[in-house]
Amino acid sequence: MVAGKQEQSRGSGFLDQLLQHVVNAVMLGSTYALLGIGLTMIFGIMGVVNFTHGELYAFGAYMMFLFAMVLKLNFFVALVFAVVLGVGLGALIELVLLRPLRGADIDTTMLVMIGAWIIMQNTEQLVWTGVAKSISTPFPEEPLVLGPVSISWLRIFVFVAAGLLIVGAQLLIHRTKLGKAMRATFQDRDTAALMGVSIGRIYTATFALGSGLAAAAGALLGPVFVAVPTMGDLAALKAFAIVILGGLGNFAGAALGGFILAFIEEMGASYISSGYRDAMGFLLIIVVLMIRPTGLFARAERIG
Amino acid sequence: MRRWLGWLWVAFLVSVPLWMTDLYYLHVLIITGIFIIASMSLNLLLGYTGQLNLGQVGFFGIGAYTSALISLGFELKLTDNFALAVDPHPAWLGFVFGVILSGFAGWVVGRISFKIRGAYFVIVTISFAEVMRLVALNWVSLTQGPMALNNIPPFTVDIPGVWEAELYGKVPNYYIVLAVGVVSYIVIRRLVRSRLGRAMIALKENEPLATSVGIDVTRYLVLAAVVSAAMAGAAGSLYAHYVRIIDPDVFLFIYTVTMVIMVITGGKGTLAGPIVGGLIFGVVPELLRDTTRPEVQWIIYGGLMIAIVFFLPNGIVPAVHQWWRSRVSRAGVAVPLSEAP
Repeated sequence: MVAGKQEQSRGSGFLDQLLQHVVNAVMLGSTYALLGIGLTMIFGIMGVVNFTHGELYAFGAYMMFLFAMVLKLNFFVALVFAVVLGVGLGALIELVLLRPLRGADIDTTMLVMIGAWIIMQNTEQLVWTGVAKSISTPFPEEPLVLGPVSISWLRIFVFVAAGLLIVGAQLLIHRTKLGKAMRATFQDRDTAALMGVSIGRIYTATFALGSGLAAAAGALLGPVFVAVPTMGDLAALKAFAIVILGGLGNFAGAALGGFILAFIEEMGASYISSGYRDAMGFLLIIVVLMIRPTGLFARAERIG
Repeated sequence: MRRWLGWLWVAFLVSVPLWMTDLYYLHVLIITGIFIIASMSLNLLLGYTGQLNLGQVGFFGIGAYTSALISLGFELKLTDNFALAVDPHPAWLGFVFGVILSGFAGWVVGRISFKIRGAYFVIVTISFAEVMRLVALNWVSLTQGPMALNNIPPFTVDIPGVWEAELYGKVPNYYIVLAVGVVSYIVIRRLVRSRLGRAMIALKENEPLATSVGIDVTRYLVLAAVVSAAMAGAAGSLYAHYVRIIDPDVFLFIYTVTMVIMVITGGKGTLAGPIVGGLIFGVVPELLRDTTRPEVQWIIYGGLMIAIVFFLPNGIVPAVHQWWRSRVSRAGVAVPLSEAP
């Protein structure tokens, strides 16, 4: 009888823990989805494997540090500035590096993007040094406790903000003229151009928007973790994992892929080995490509 | 004539330790040589088959760790009551095992990843190297994780009664690297001028056409991957026994990037390309070291990489070649300026 009770309490402890992990995964997944959507848009519409994506994520976090900690602006104002600057930087990269290479093969643009990635990361190192920067937030330290689960207020904010951005991006693609032009370009670039879509402008807008989403993910996660110059590497590789999971160029697939990766990481870290947390994503890439090279949700004809 | 020039170049390299007395420069040349071997191995895939493999450092690291572990000895606990114990063996045996194991890894990765092309292939290869790094970091009982493998024995010569020595010094290591480099060069040259080489180039130029005339794409690609990986493993093994300490950072992506820069600067798909690019990117940074910070150096690297893709897409060697030919034939028939597609 006693043993039975013990068993039961251990069982409910397991469930509570599981619930906590699921909540953590959902919170983390929202930012992963944000990263993945930006990258998959850029690939789907432009055919560019964007190695600077992780650096835009790091850029977002550092801009957050600059505005919120150095210039002492309001946390939310800093967030907006970080995202806007991320959009600007993305547009700049597209205009300077990618526009002259339009029509070049995918390997060429990949090499250029790797070059840009090295430059950006080392510039961060030069400007901010290797010392980790932490960003304080206006949210209370005390977590919100809901039964067995506790969540920090910051993470709730991150989740809500990321969710709003995902919905916003979705609306932009489906409900605006720009979004219509983007979808048209994705389906058939030449026909879209014949219909009067300015392909150059669509490319710039796409890259800027994707970069803005990466910067937003960085600005949101910067306060959760810390900002270090190498933070972009893992972010970029995880974004690739998410995008492959969802199928390159698949918007909804990337959103779902973000949550799946977060879920697998969280569960893998808790129940298999925490040291291999970051390896889960890569193993997932390898396994998915083995079984379904086109991604789990292959429907690559259109985004959205 | 060309072959004669090649041997003259080798003779020059052999003579270097005789007149270069500054051991620091010799050290720079040894490290550069190791990276040139790794770049040559990458060139086999990147240059000749056209597959942008960004996981080459994975094979380099496997070679380094295998070789180091064989020469240090290790114990691998397979189950609770069965353990695989390996006593320390001479470094050359480690080298052999390093080459074999990385070649095997090349076969596995090749079998798996050549089903896919383009961006997918690139990402799978990056993932492979990154998983290897995380394994090296977390498998502490075998690799010591972040504590690194220390005191890796150097190469030894053991001819009883004649010559027994431990090759700690710069000069013997220089000659070892040079010898492996020359052998690698000859292997690659023979390979790309054989039936395999022609098949690889056909694949790069037009895969559907190559397949349609009966070239077994995957088989040739996997073969190229095995040779390439084994060679990268050899470079890793040389590195382990020369530097004598390795940690999971040997798997860092930045080393693959260094190899890629060397190959594309020199000229991908040319035999001399990785050597020219390797010398530039191996020696120049060392000369800049006193005047610039490493970050600035990397920024210059990145900038150069972009500049080369923009202005010299085929690399230095083809450009020089072309310039030379246009000079020679200036009086005669004009050679078209751009032959490359």
